[in-house]
Amino acid sequence: MTTFTPSSSAETLPTIQWAAAEETPLEILGHGSKRGIGRPLQTEHTLDLSKLTGITLYEPAELVLSAKAGTPLAEIEQLLAENGQQFAFEPMDYGPLLGGELGQGGKNGTIGGVLASNLSGPRRLKAGAARDHILGVAAVSGRGEAFKSGGRVVKNVTGYDLSKLMANSWGTLAVLTDVTFKVLPAAETEVTLAIRGLLDEAAVAAMALALGSSAEVSSAAHLPERIAARVAGGKHGSDAATLLRVEGFGPSVVYRIEALRKLLGKAGPLEEIAGEASKTIWRDIRDCRPFADSGTRPVWRVSMAPSEAHHMVMALRMQAAVDAFYDWQGGLVWLSMREDDPEADLLRGLIRKHGGGHATLVRASAPHRAALPVFEPPPPHLAALSARLKAEFDPKNILNPGRMAPGAGSATLVQSTEGAAS
Amino acid sequence: MSGLAMPKPDAEPLRRRAEIVADMRIIVPGEGVVDAANEMRAFESDGLTAYRQLPLVVVLPETVAQVSRVLKYCNERNIRVVPRGSGTSLSGGALPLEDAVLLVMSRFNRILQIDYPNRTVVAQPGVTNLGITTAVEQEGFYYAPDPSSQIACSIGGNVAENSGGVHCLKYGLTANNVLGIEMVLMNGEVIRLGGSHLDQEGYDLLGVMTGSEGLLGVVTEVTVRILKKPETARALLIGFPTSEQGGQCVADIIGAGIIPGGMEMMDRPAIHAAEDFVHAGYPLDVEALLIVELDGPSVEVDHLIGLVEAIAYRNGSTTCRISQSEQERLSFWAGRKAAFPAVGRISPDYYCMDGTIPRKELPRVLAGMRDLSEKYGLGVANVFHAGDGNLHPLILYDANVPGELDKAESFGADILRLCVEVGGVLTGEHGVGVEKRDLMPAMFNQIDLDQQMRVKCAFDPNHLLNPGKVFPQLRRCAELGRMHVHRGQVAFPDIPRF
Repeated sequence: MTTFTPSSSAETLPTIQWAAAEETPLEILGHGSKRGIGRPLQTEHTLDLSKLTGITLYEPAELVLSAKAGTPLAEIEQLLAENGQQFAFEPMDYGPLLGGELGQGGKNGTIGGVLASNLSGPRRLKAGAARDHILGVAAVSGRGEAFKSGGRVVKNVTGYDLSKLMANSWGTLAVLTDVTFKVLPAAETEVTLAIRGLLDEAAVAAMALALGSSAEVSSAAHLPERIAARVAGGKHGSDAATLLRVEGFGPSVVYRIEALRKLLGKAGPLEEIAGEASKTIWRDIRDCRPFADSGTRPVWRVSMAPSEAHHMVMALRMQAAVDAFYDWQGGLVWLSMREDDPEADLLRGLIRKHGGGHATLVRASAPHRAALPVFEPPPPHLAALSARLKAEFDPKNILNPGRMAPGAGSATLVQSTEGAAS
Repeated sequence: MSGLAMPKPDAEPLRRRAEIVADMRIIVPGEGVVDAANEMRAFESDGLTAYRQLPLVVVLPETVAQVSRVLKYCNERNIRVVPRGSGTSLSGGALPLEDAVLLVMSRFNRILQIDYPNRTVVAQPGVTNLGITTAVEQEGFYYAPDPSSQIACSIGGNVAENSGGVHCLKYGLTANNVLGIEMVLMNGEVIRLGGSHLDQEGYDLLGVMTGSEGLLGVVTEVTVRILKKPETARALLIGFPTSEQGGQCVADIIGAGIIPGGMEMMDRPAIHAAEDFVHAGYPLDVEALLIVELDGPSVEVDHLIGLVEAIAYRNGSTTCRISQSEQERLSFWAGRKAAFPAVGRISPDYYCMDGTIPRKELPRVLAGMRDLSEKYGLGVANVFHAGDGNLHPLILYDANVPGELDKAESFGADILRLCVEVGGVLTGEHGVGVEKRDLMPAMFNQIDLDQQMRVKCAFDPNHLLNPGKVFPQLRRCAELGRMHVHRGQVAFPDIPRF
């Protein structure tokens, strides 16, 4: 058991070349803050990138930042905040949900991990995810070849966008060594309008109305009764809360909140939550704080069309005991199972029945993660294409083997998805 | 036509052309197969008109099943295929090949679903970019990416090219506004990437397909995000004595936390050409003209106009007009939007380039262009998406003067090399196509290009889809697949072997 800890991009290359030559798998690790997501790995050796750190370029006026892949996200976000900027995609912190000491002490994830897992947050609805803000990468493929893609400018269609290919690839295609992101100004003012007491269906209708207006709502979430008490330390009470975030310059925020009040005044009692209190609520929603109970019961992250997801949840409740809350106008559902069974087949069947989407088992015991597809199993043609891509970049299957999909020779999961809508 | 090498035509399909045409007529019955030279003439070039070539045959399928069968047929017989949308590519992405089927997607022209609660439109790929906005504007919605060819260009082509437009600084490129696609692989398999939900599960193949220039698959359906139209929009027209001051003003606007809906700059030759053409009232005594458009609720727009005006004066603007009516706002844009035809009036031909640079390098790049202009003896006018650093130099030349096209192309290549040298890229939104194909090594080394070709190999291992585009030299997938392992030089001799 060897852990390689390179401190430069140049040192990363020989490690992977060695592993490729020996055909010996590596676990690719940053802070390990998301190590509990995906099929458990059984690799002899580890490539630890947490020493590959440093912000190498930051030009606020050019809206661009480059860093070594192992740079702590917290360090970058602090520098951006000092300059009145931010990652608009609002990367979540899995620490609270996945628990353990990894969630604390500043080890809440690296910038490489942000891209490798395509993180985002409540502002995903308006501003996109990590994949929408990545401008360029340098990486080493499973062949032991160091390559770059993209650049440092926003508008770039030169060659294939391999930077986006790295998004949500969970370290299975290449090891990121350097990343360049677009950064944006942080909003001057933020106010959240809360509608209290709505049931899921009415909440989804209200959010659709708000997002279909010109009020430029940047985030829309619905916390059902009781779940609402699990954000911001319970200070907003336990009545259901349908939350609409408006950000921007002061006079504009005042005007748009007023427009939303007019639009939604009949939907239910309204409350305004401003400044830090608003930020706290959205941070807790972002990090799935309502289900951060130090437990290990299964938690799912489900993405569907906003108008369909709550129907799926209602159907699921008929057959399984679950808690749920909604982000992204209702399209992102966080589900916490009250029993130990993740009910993967039941859930995925219902998602297909309600217009499709995908479910990721973000928290589960290791045996469940080994036995069930953590990531939504693709239909056969897409699974085959993804496997061909993996074989092109990592023919010896040395990078996080099996984390996303079972490797060659194990076709069981692909077969179990037959009948899936394609 | 200058000396651009295209893949050597394959003799076999040329010899069996009649049989292939007959088979295509079986797969796509009716009017969907065009094989007469005079009728194929309409398809011999795209927006890069310096290059022309008649295809083997033109096929216009109407159903996904037909697309799948055409591709499967060609894949099994080793016949090349060039996909085409509306044919507005400025980089020759849809340039036909003599031995290839030209697969024209224009009959896929229906909008399949409009979903206001989820703010999505599902369209067939031949629907025009503007057609999507037209379909939803009565409800106050629009589709944000607006390439200047939006009246003609297709949404499928937008996916292939990752098209931008003047509003992409604030609203993103095609890649940021497409939620899902259905596509057909070269082997005939139909797959879906994404959908009406956010984030594709698994590898971001949707992201890779966007901007892949028709080399990976044929898009048969597109799901896009639509947005509510901003309540209002107003623009400022700001003149500066130097391009440095204009560039600093742009940096200061962004530094103040303002992301305008559009921010365009023109240099003196472009200003004069535009003003002579449309009489927009542009100041003629400035070196740089900036149009800054702010959109949103009127209270926000009014607030930001005050801030931008102050920033402009601090940067030494000599003129600053603020639109007081929708008509005046449109008049500010009239000159910019007519810049290309305006340049067309002062020169028999022009060649439009498309590099992107870090914005701060603008003065250096403009100075470099002036030097190159003298060296080649050709004029150049510049329009510039100032917010995101995307330059469109228009090189003025006369195709009837022997050697001038070659000179213009060399001038253009030098400009793009300069863009790369200062930290920029070869193409911001027009694509590589055939035009910039041979310049790719200025930006990527062979290993970088190999990784891109490996994506190609996963999608189209026989290199049958749109060959001759993007890559200076396509390496065979079998050759790329070999692992080069040097066991004698292993870096960690002390680690146990297995």
